[in-house]
Amino acid sequence: MNNIIFATLISVVFLGAFFGIGLALAARKFKVAVDPRVEGIENVLPGVNCGACGFTGCKKFAQAIALGQTEVDGCTVGGSETADKVAAIMGVDSNSEKTVRQIALVRCQGDRNRARNLSEYRGISSCAGAELVEGGSKGCAYGCLGLGDCVRACPFNAIEINSADLPVVDERLCTGCKKCVAACPRRIISMIEDSSKAHVLCMSEAKGAEVRKVCEVGCISCKRCVKVCPADAIRIEKYLAIIDYDKCRNCGLCIKECPNDVIVRKQEEARGRIQEVKKCFDSPIRGASL
Amino acid sequence: MIELFLIFIGAALVNNFILARFLGICPFIGVSRQIDTSLGLGIATTFVMTLSGILAWFMQEFILVPFNLPFMQYVFFILAISSIVQFVEMALRKMFPTLYEALGIFLPLITTNCAILGLALLIPLNEYGLIQSVFFGFGAGVGFTLAIVLMAGIRERLLFADVPKPLQGASITLITAGVMAMAFSGFLGLI
Repeated sequence: MNNIIFATLISVVFLGAFFGIGLALAARKFKVAVDPRVEGIENVLPGVNCGACGFTGCKKFAQAIALGQTEVDGCTVGGSETADKVAAIMGVDSNSEKTVRQIALVRCQGDRNRARNLSEYRGISSCAGAELVEGGSKGCAYGCLGLGDCVRACPFNAIEINSADLPVVDERLCTGCKKCVAACPRRIISMIEDSSKAHVLCMSEAKGAEVRKVCEVGCISCKRCVKVCPADAIRIEKYLAIIDYDKCRNCGLCIKECPNDVIVRKQEEARGRIQEVKKCFDSPIRGASL
Repeated sequence: MIELFLIFIGAALVNNFILARFLGICPFIGVSRQIDTSLGLGIATTFVMTLSGILAWFMQEFILVPFNLPFMQYVFFILAISSIVQFVEMALRKMFPTLYEALGIFLPLITTNCAILGLALLIPLNEYGLIQSVFFGFGAGVGFTLAIVLMAGIRERLLFADVPKPLQGASITLITAGVMAMAFSGFLGLI
């Protein structure tokens, strides 16, 4: 009896020591140096893995920061707050005043009532699909197709399609991750800085007469805004008015001057549209129209 | 030579550890979403299985039988398996970091994969010699890899299938596993 207990003890100790020493030697041979900063950075990042920083996820971004391959303020979702925390871990200045909050802007006002449909699109309900089939139903080749690819691309539910088939960006929810910019097949969503005010809500590069045929709210390149602007901030390129935000003084003269109401202030315009969405939720027709 | 081949085929196809003995269902369901990952897990498991088969034979032959300690079988085998898994984990982390990340929690969980303990216990039960144990362990690993990769291939296609709502997720996976097990029972007449 004693022999068995003795043999058990000896063999367990011997095997334990054998595997223990073997693993310790292997651990030394296969050692992977892990940077403790990576974990710390990962913990302060938002962790939504949206990819707006250009890396495949928050973890890869954290690794790139630790290796010094990218800037500490690369996370647009977390903004300056996250940049400060990351900078504290890395022991550098964050320059967080540089990171101005950006939000998405849909540069089209041609909704169902104001931009003419020339045909009927009955394919799958996706802008990318409609764009493939001769550009969908809309007469304007630059306007919003209204089938909601940007809505589906948004990881933060910040975009909704309103009752007139136009996407509306909720500025409070938008984090500036640019997913919608990439998702839009017509490239009519662009990022603006929160502070800038007057925007040209049209992307049509067609001549004025052609725009007028298909849309009531398109830029017809009449140049009235160019003439009225006291800061020379507006120019016409390819029959489309473009505002130079660095020169713009937010005087609002162009907004009053524009005959088609293409130039608007972002805040007012968004507020109006959001009310429209709310109205649409209240109306019983919504289900039928979808 | 023919006997070794038969042991290999027997462990890989006829008595497939997953689809005939129903061992190791956890990783079979858990890591069979993508072919790449499941292939990686299959190879890691094959490696662990072959090594644990060899170690199990040595332990049985030189410690458990001579010192008359059959009751320590489970403890010794689990010790050996967990040590090998630790080793594989370290080696993978160093050499294939992407695979290491993809396998995630299922890599240390190979330790508790009952297919491997089952293999270690079957070796003394079948009274295999050293070479036979090697072939048995390797065959079992190949069978495991085959089953899990086939499952991953089916599940990649299932993503596009119109599965009724109550059957989505784990249920359709288990039904598929059942159908695969029935298909594998066709190998019974092979030996």
